[in-house]
This record gives sequence, structure tokens and C-alpha cells, in this order.
Amino acid sequence: MEDGIVSLRGVRKVYEGKQAVTAVAGIDLDVREGEIYGLLGPNGAGKTTTISMCTTRVLPTAGTVHIAGIDAVRNPADARRTMGVVPQYNTLERACTVAENIQFHCLYFGFSKADAKARTAQLLEQFHLTERAGAYPAQLSGGLAQRVQIARAIAHKPRVLFLDEPSAGLDPQSRIAMWEAVQRLHTEGITVVLTTHYMEEADELCDRVAIVDGGKILVEDTPAALKNSVGAKTLYELDLREPSDTLGPILAALPHVSGVEQTPRGLRVMAEHADGLLPQVVSAASGYGLRDLSITEPTLETVFIRLTGRDLRE
Amino acid sequence: MSTAVATPRATLAATPAVSPSTQYLRAFTGLFVRDLHVLRRELGPFMIRIVMNPLLFLFVFTYIMPHMSNSAAMNPTASMASATGVNFSTVLLPGLMAVAIMFSGIAAVALPLAVDFGSTREIDDRVMCPLPTSFVAFEKIIFSAIQSIIAAAIVFPLAYYIPSTPVYAHVTSWPFLIAVVVLASLTAGALGLTIGTAVKPAQIGLIFGVVVMPITFLGCVYYPWRALAAIHWLQLGVLINPIVYMSEGLRAALTPTLPHMHPAMILLMLTVFLALLTWIGTRGFIRRVIG
Ligand SMILES: Nc1ncnc2c1ncn2[C@@H]1O[C@H](COP(=O)(O)OP(=O)(O)OP(=O)(O)O)[C@@H](O)[C@H]1O
Ligand SMILES: [Mg+2]
Repeated sequence: MEDGIVSLRGVRKVYEGKQAVTAVAGIDLDVREGEIYGLLGPNGAGKTTTISMCTTRVLPTAGTVHIAGIDAVRNPADARRTMGVVPQYNTLERACTVAENIQFHCLYFGFSKADAKARTAQLLEQFHLTERAGAYPAQLSGGLAQRVQIARAIAHKPRVLFLDEPSAGLDPQSRIAMWEAVQRLHTEGITVVLTTHYMEEADELCDRVAIVDGGKILVEDTPAALKNSVGAKTLYELDLREPSDTLGPILAALPHVSGVEQTPRGLRVMAEHADGLLPQVVSAASGYGLRDLSITEPTLETVFIRLTGRDLRE
Repeated sequence: MSTAVATPRATLAATPAVSPSTQYLRAFTGLFVRDLHVLRRELGPFMIRIVMNPLLFLFVFTYIMPHMSNSAAMNPTASMASATGVNFSTVLLPGLMAVAIMFSGIAAVALPLAVDFGSTREIDDRVMCPLPTSFVAFEKIIFSAIQSIIAAAIVFPLAYYIPSTPVYAHVTSWPFLIAVVVLASLTAGALGLTIGTAVKPAQIGLIFGVVVMPITFLGCVYYPWRALAAIHWLQLGVLINPIVYMSEGLRAALTPTLPHMHPAMILLMLTVFLALLTWIGTRGFIRRVIG
């Protein structure tokens, strides 16, 4: 494996305590320069812990972390210069205005006062925050605060931007604005690593996605390739009045059907083509108490369910 | 934006490489400037915080009480002070300065840290600056020390104007006074750091009863250490209290006519406590911000 701009080797994290928790159970990971890389997984999968080890905020129990070639465990102060971080929570300074938040951040990274002012003005402009420059964080909506946090994180021109659950708690409109902001940074060449448990976000935004669960990477690929791995173009979700053992094989025998799975509400039929299949599925299932049927395409959620047998939200 | 797309590297050139010491110095200065800025914005509350305690103390003990008859009988320290030929205002001056220094350390470091760790996590962006984490803790101590020095200085004019009997302060050695004030102020900051990182954020309110009050009242603030000779176990016991050396140090520097410990002993013990509390506090800080 070629070393990426973010490169993890054999990284493990065990939180000691009354009951030791293995949050990350051995991760190897390489993010290529310039890509948007997503860690997709359910609550407690170890996403925040993984990102925190990259951002020098959690010490790995084992393994190495390199950011832009710098050992982040041995040399955290230097590694911090190459990265921008937006944590899962709003960490804006309550006592400082939006502009001051960005300006002081610049000072920490060695900007002169004049440079810090200029950089702040430029970022406020770029993130459409100029009007709110004098506002205090408490006066901002969640979406605006998130934008300020991203602007602040990239103020020192880092090469990698880490975003932990960037759309948690955002309304749909703010989420789209955030996606646009991230995509724009992407076109400017910055590498982005984000965590999410929204499969749409991983699908829409990321060049490559790693699906994590139980502190391990289960698969890693482009969203398209992951969805292709399901081996079906169309999914029929059957909602049945009562479970049936005999319907499954009947459906599986239909042409173009590549598989049938049990779901909590009934069955899922996976098909390579949809041509003319729908009437056959309906007529086969109607004798088994078919209540409802929906037709979908595979999503990253489907991939996750197939890998773990669980829902992302469980 | 098209130029940026064409030459992505150009926009990504991170801040130019400088030597680590320059990088650290700039980051440290940045943290300091930020703290100054926030303090300036909250100047009113800051002034109230540092003035209120010495003001009330001086008013009650050196203005109201002397106006009442029998004040000496009601106030054994006052009678003791007059026995040594000095009035109580003079006894109180160094003690109140020590308390001002110590309170500032708690208010400037321990309380904000509890809020940070407990809920706002505002300190995150400062922890992420390109500086070893321990330096972020040192900055807290040093900035707190400056507030302590201001708080100690404020006691002077108050002690000059409020008491009904004059205060006799006499500085024989300025270097010694400066050394004591600086060491005491840094020690107070380190104490604040230790408390702020050791106590669970939700329980920070308890420290006033459990820590601040005991170390103040048993800190030789309202009486010289020598006066404890009558209660020998206590006289030895209070030696583990850093406030003792703050008030004794200020007593030696400002009101040398009062009994006080040996100056060398005071400087040594303040240094020991500064080193110890800085070590514990910094370790606690790192444990809080690095998982
Ligand atoms: N400081 C800590 N001390 C002890 N255990 C922890 C700590 N932080 C996280 N954990 C545990 O480690 C596991 C992984 O947590 P982590 O926060 O990395 O998950 P996550 O994928 O980010 O989840 P979420 O989507 O909820 O943010 C969880 O079981 C969690 O309880
Ligand atoms: Mg998380």
C-alpha cells in the first residue's frame, strides 16, 4: 500500500477504565491527496476515535499515524500545522465574535496581525459570513456556526481537513450548504476526511468510503463500487402480513433475480434487471399476504446491512 | 477560482516553515493575545471580582469594627496585633493580598477550565494550535499570574483609604517583594490548573467549601504563622498549605515589623509548590485534552 496523505497502520485504541473498551480494533487506512474520504458507520463504530487519533487528540494504544508524512503521535505540534479540524461539537469561543474566532486562530499559526485580518476577511467572504462578522457564536444558527467552524479550521491553509459528523444536527438546507462548501474546498485541492452515519452524505460527497463497524474497516471503495458489490441493480422490498418460508425460494427462481433476503417486515428481492419482473413478483407474493411493495436501488445502507446484518441506525 | 483549480498546490502552501521555537513562540503569543482580548472585554466583571473581597474585608475589620467599642475584645487578632505594636489593618494587608492572588488563580484558571471541560469545549481550538500541549497549560498559568498581580496591587489603594487607622507598610527589599509576588502569582495559577483539571466539572462548585475556604482560613492570612505557636500541631499542619508561604512572604516583604518566616525559607517553599503544582496541573491538563 502506498502511503497516503493520511496514513494509519495497525491503529488500535483501547480506553482503559473499569471496563476496557476497544474503540478501534486495528485499522489500516490511506487517504489519497485531494480526495474526499468518508468513514461511514453506526454510533459507537469508532469513527470519532479514529479521527481523534489522526488529529492528535487521542493517543493510539498501538500503531502509527502519519499526516502529510509527519508522525502525529511523536510530533503532534508539527502535525497540527498540516491539518484543520472541525470536531463533532461546536467549539467556537463564546467570548469572541465570528471574525475574532478566525483571527485568533490565524495568530496561533504564526500569521502577523495584518495577515490574520486579511485572511479572516477573505474567509468570511468565501463562506458568506461577512454580514455576521461581528456576531457572537451564541447568536448563530447551527448551520452558520458549522460554517464558521469550517472557515476557522482551514484558516491556516492546512492540507487535510477533518470533519467529524459535519451534518449532525443540521437542517437539510444547511446540510446542502455545508456539502457545497466542502466540495468547493475539494476543488481547491484540499484533502477532506469526514465521518458520518448518513449514507446519503457518504454517497453524495465522498470519493471513497470506508464502512466501519466495531472499530474495524469492513470494506473500502468508491460509493459506486460498493453499491455494485451488492450484485443487483434493483431491489424490491416486500412488506408481508406474515413471514413465510416458502415464498423466498419461489421468488429466487424467477429470472434475473440474484438473491432474496429476509427483512424485519418481509423479504427483499435483488434483481439484475427490472424488465418485466415486477408483475411476476407481485403475482407470486400476492398469495402470501403482500401488503406493500417498494422498488429501490442499492444504497450504502444496503451494503452495510449485507455486511453486518444490521441497520446503520441500530 | 479557476486559478486555484489549475494550481491547487499554490493555495495549499501551509504556513511557511519556521524553526520550532519561532513557531511555538508565535502560537504562545497568539494564545496570550487572545486571553488579553477576552479579559479586556470583561474588564468590569474582572474589576468587581478582584475588588470586592479586599474591599469588604477592610471595611468590616478595619473600619466598622474599630468604630465599635470593645473591638479588641471581640477580635483577638486585633489585640494580638496591638500587642506587637501594629494595628490590625497592617496585619491584614499582606493577608488580603495573598487571598487576592489565590482567588485570581481559581477564578482565572479553575473555573473557566471546569466550564470548558464540562460543556463548552471552547478550549479545543487552542489545544489544536501548533504548540506542545503542556505549553497551552503554561500559558494559562502565566496569564492567570498577571491577573493575580493586578489583584494584589489593587489591595494597596484600598488598604490606604479604607481603614480608620493607618497601615504601616515598609518595603525593605524590592527584589524580594517582586520575587514573592511573582512566585505567589504563578503558584496560584498552577493551583488553579491543578484544581480545574482534577475536579469533576460538575463538582467545581464544591471546591469553594472543600478547598478554597480551608486553605484561606488556615493560610496564615489573618494572623502571622508565628502566632500559631500556641497550637503546635496546627502550626506544623498548615505548612503543607501554599497560601501560608504567600501570606508570610508578603508579610516579610511589606510589614517586616510583624513576625514572619525566614525569607529564604519562603522563597524555597514557594518554588517547591510552584514546581509541584505546575507538574500535577499540566499532567491533569494533558490527561483532560488528550484521550
Ligand atoms: N473517552 C472515552 N472513554 C471510554 N470509552 C470511550 C471514550 N470515547 C469513546 N468511547 C467508546 O468507544 C467506542 C467508539 O466511540 P466513538 O466515539 O469513536 O464512536 P463513533 O463512531 O464516533 O460514534 P458516534 O456516531 O456516536 O459519534 C464507543 O463504544 C464509546 O463508548
Ligand atoms: Mg462520533
